[in-house]
Amino acid sequence: MRVTIPLVALIGGLALATVAVLTLQRPPVHVEQDGYRGTGIQLISSPAATAAAFALNQAPAVLPQNNAGPPAGSIYKNVQVLKNVPAGAFARIMVSMTQWVAPKQGCGYCHVSGNFASDAKYTKRVARRMIQMTIYTNAVWKSHVKNVGVTCYTCHRGNNNPQYVWFKAVEPPHATGLMATETGEARPSLAADGSALPYDPFTPFLVGKPKGGVNAMINTAGTTALPDGNRMSIQQTNWTYALMMNFATSLGVNCEFCHESRNFGSWSESTPKRVTAYYGLHMVRALNNNYMVPLTGTFAHDLLGPSGDVAKIDCSTCHQGVSKPLYGAPMAKAFPYLQGPATLADASPTSAAASGEANPAMITMTNAPAAAAPASATPAPAPAGQTGK
Amino acid sequence: MAMLSFERKYRVRGGTLLGGDLFDFWVGPFYVGFFGVIGGFFTLLGTALIIWGAAIGPTWNIWQINIAPPNLSYGLGFAPLAHGGLWQIITICAVGSFGSWALREVEISRKLGIGLHVPAAFSVAIFAYVTLEVIRPLLMGAWGVGFPYGIMSHLDWVSNTGYSYINFEYNPMHMVAVTLFFTTTFALALHGSLVLAAINPANGEVVKFTEHEDTFFRDFIGYSIGTLGIHRLGLFLALGAGFASAACILISGPFWTQGWPAWWGWWLHLPIWQFGGH
Repeated sequence: MRVTIPLVALIGGLALATVAVLTLQRPPVHVEQDGYRGTGIQLISSPAATAAAFALNQAPAVLPQNNAGPPAGSIYKNVQVLKNVPAGAFARIMVSMTQWVAPKQGCGYCHVSGNFASDAKYTKRVARRMIQMTIYTNAVWKSHVKNVGVTCYTCHRGNNNPQYVWFKAVEPPHATGLMATETGEARPSLAADGSALPYDPFTPFLVGKPKGGVNAMINTAGTTALPDGNRMSIQQTNWTYALMMNFATSLGVNCEFCHESRNFGSWSESTPKRVTAYYGLHMVRALNNNYMVPLTGTFAHDLLGPSGDVAKIDCSTCHQGVSKPLYGAPMAKAFPYLQGPATLADASPTSAAASGEANPAMITMTNAPAAAAPASATPAPAPAGQTGK
Repeated sequence: MAMLSFERKYRVRGGTLLGGDLFDFWVGPFYVGFFGVIGGFFTLLGTALIIWGAAIGPTWNIWQINIAPPNLSYGLGFAPLAHGGLWQIITICAVGSFGSWALREVEISRKLGIGLHVPAAFSVAIFAYVTLEVIRPLLMGAWGVGFPYGIMSHLDWVSNTGYSYINFEYNPMHMVAVTLFFTTTFALALHGSLVLAAINPANGEVVKFTEHEDTFFRDFIGYSIGTLGIHRLGLFLALGAGFASAACILISGPFWTQGWPAWWGWWLHLPIWQFGGH
């Protein structure tokens, strides 16, 4: 058979059409305008993908409020963080945590059976630190979490370990010195949307305290029309690009969600969401530096990364593909004692709710399976302590 | 305008698609025809509307004049003139005048009895424009995804639309288009330099023709595509570039909503990599 141009074109066209049909999506699409008309500042999504994300990102049912009982610290041993919380609310938090983090294992995932006060299990020691981290996040990083706030579920989603975490990348074997070829990029980068950009844009930006500050490392663009003293290289720009691509894909958005692409660095041309993202970056750094890294020795060894580092947080840990975690369900609002140290201090042991009325939740915590607690817990009207914020 | 001595014999009657003899005349050097009249109408109306749009806009700065499409909320409906309606009518005028221009080329080709290569080539450029301003908006359900009419504003649109897909250089058809654009200029440079080299000999030398040109490339790369072939290749490369450009923006949005790097997931997951020891 003679190889002719029409034959080559036919085979090529068929191959192209096959790839296109197998890999591309179909209309309709949903477009959302986020700027002046005609600027192209638009969010594009497929209804099917949005429906799938919507199904995956639903906040779970919240147990009814129960703020009865004396302070947890006065009736339970070894309560360090939530000791001022009324026993009813304390039990509610404990039961909720079980549902959020260890629905299969139950209380025994963290607690020693028969001796709930014991710190023998590392999971309990980690969980205590995680409660502190949750309170710290809700109280100190309102600039990022706003009124949505976070609970354990924001990251855990019913899993013992959050699904979306990162570890320091281990470079493949490579030559060094004058023969060095490994630049941290030009391999499929899962962190950067599968592109060939740097495959670990987290380590330089999301942990540690780099000299000169992380903002200066990210701002690679010059501020003058001519190259005038800006020593940033294309490689450094690629690291920033990879980090930003991770931001975008973690939130299921594109660059224009925060930036006007004419001038990425210009705050005055950016959307207000960029401010939220800016605080998010620094929040994640603080959480990794102050909470996750110090826990490295506490975690079971097999939960550590390939280079022995602890699992760390990035945007996707909470966001999981949507711009507001759990589509902005204000979960934390239902857990006032996870919102900040102020509410913990305000929970007065002499308040009406704590005056010794029957507290079934407390009883079920010690005597019955945890799952029985919510059914018997009485929803209490909001006590004074709850509105302490 | 003066007419060259041989020009009159090519001014033949007939070959029109529409209008018969009515518009079958020349104005100076220009053939008019039915599509010349229609094209002129659309061109004048469209230009006047652009000037109107500039007049009701905030600036006469030629760089900053911007006539933008309607808000997405208008969908595929009509918008008030000052809120994107002008853009809609100007788009109709543009498609009308570009199409008329191509059909006028067809009529002239028919008069001369030559092929329709020129209108066919121009049609690819029109197709790229219609893809951007009509087909893609239709598929995405709103005129507001079209690009605005303005020197800086349409560049902003290109930038923002590219970054809507995280990294547009991973768009496979964009890759093909860029490759074809570069190859077009490469082929034109090779062809142009070869022709100039052959017909601009040193003082005292005779002008060289096809045999020398073919021999140069046979000596150089073992093959010469030939005098006719180089023009076929050039047309293929240029039209391919325009067509791939249209395809790359057509698939961005209607057929792909994520970042373009993510599209390559199918390639990264092909079952061929296990043989490389990974």
